[in-house]
Amino acid sequence: MANEPVHSDPAATTPHAAAHEHHHPTWQTYVKVGAVLTAITVAEVWAYYIPSLVASRIFVPMLLIMSAVKFITVVMFYMHLKYDHKLFRVLFTGPLFIAALTLLALMFLFGQLAAKLGR
Amino acid sequence: MSAPAAHHYTSTGLDSRKIAIWAFIGSECMLFVSLISTYLIYKGKSLVGPYPHEAYTSPTGQTFPPILDIPVTSASTFVLLMSSLAMVLALAAVQNKEVPKHTTGDRILGSSKLWLWMTALLGTTFLGFQAYEFTAFVNEGLTIRTNLFGSSFFTLTGFHGAHVTAGVIWLVSLLAIDYRRGLGPNDALNVDLAALYWHFVDVVWIVIFTLVYLIQ
Repeated sequence: MANEPVHSDPAATTPHAAAHEHHHPTWQTYVKVGAVLTAITVAEVWAYYIPSLVASRIFVPMLLIMSAVKFITVVMFYMHLKYDHKLFRVLFTGPLFIAALTLLALMFLFGQLAAKLGR
Repeated sequence: MSAPAAHHYTSTGLDSRKIAIWAFIGSECMLFVSLISTYLIYKGKSLVGPYPHEAYTSPTGQTFPPILDIPVTSASTFVLLMSSLAMVLALAAVQNKEVPKHTTGDRILGSSKLWLWMTALLGTTFLGFQAYEFTAFVNEGLTIRTNLFGSSFFTLTGFHGAHVTAGVIWLVSLLAIDYRRGLGPNDALNVDLAALYWHFVDVVWIVIFTLVYLIQ
């Protein structure tokens, strides 16, 4: 089993739909992904304890990028979105896109409103 | 061994349950983004402490240190990440249940019970960390009614904790089935649905950890 690829769930798709799917990764890939996630988390926490970095302008974008990489890695490899049917990708990224736009709109709206009210 | 699972194919050729869980996860994204938006909008607008990253001295002269405990939360974040790894290994073990195991390593990797136990245990540990954090905050003077930070923080992390709790219950139910009749390749979809939910809970925490705990 050690080097056997894990196959897509046979119960989830018909043969027609399965033709659009690929094999899931091996357990070695899962462990490597876990190591990458841990390393990024360590880097995030490390950055938090460097005062000069925290005070710099790159701190927030850097953390956001690292968080986004972790998010995408889990979704692609552990949730198998990289290997599964495209419809699942649409079902996930569609609402996520709307939610992200809502977040940006709210931040902009309240930021502007606060500025106008002088708060 | 398990009985074959009933298939619920749609016109797309995909199982309706898997489509449903992805649609559910999509809707959950919107729920959590609304909670995160609320936290971010209220960030820095609390009139009284304790504050997340800054010390606070009350008019009565009482001093409150920054309330967030980054080392403890970092440890709980690591625990939740590792639970996702255990979950994906549990799914792989169920999918490959009928593949012959020749070595001890193969048997360990192929034990769905072990990995489901690990996932549930790590999830419970995460909840323990959260209970510790909430208790410490209340003891330090921060409740859901203290200030805007307390209200939005407890609501956001409390909702996440409730989702983790639901996930642990789901995992325990899968474990019960595994002990009762064994989980095999025919049950892979049922485990996959639980795994997708569990990983979603993990990715939500990835975002919360950065936005709430690390960005000052």
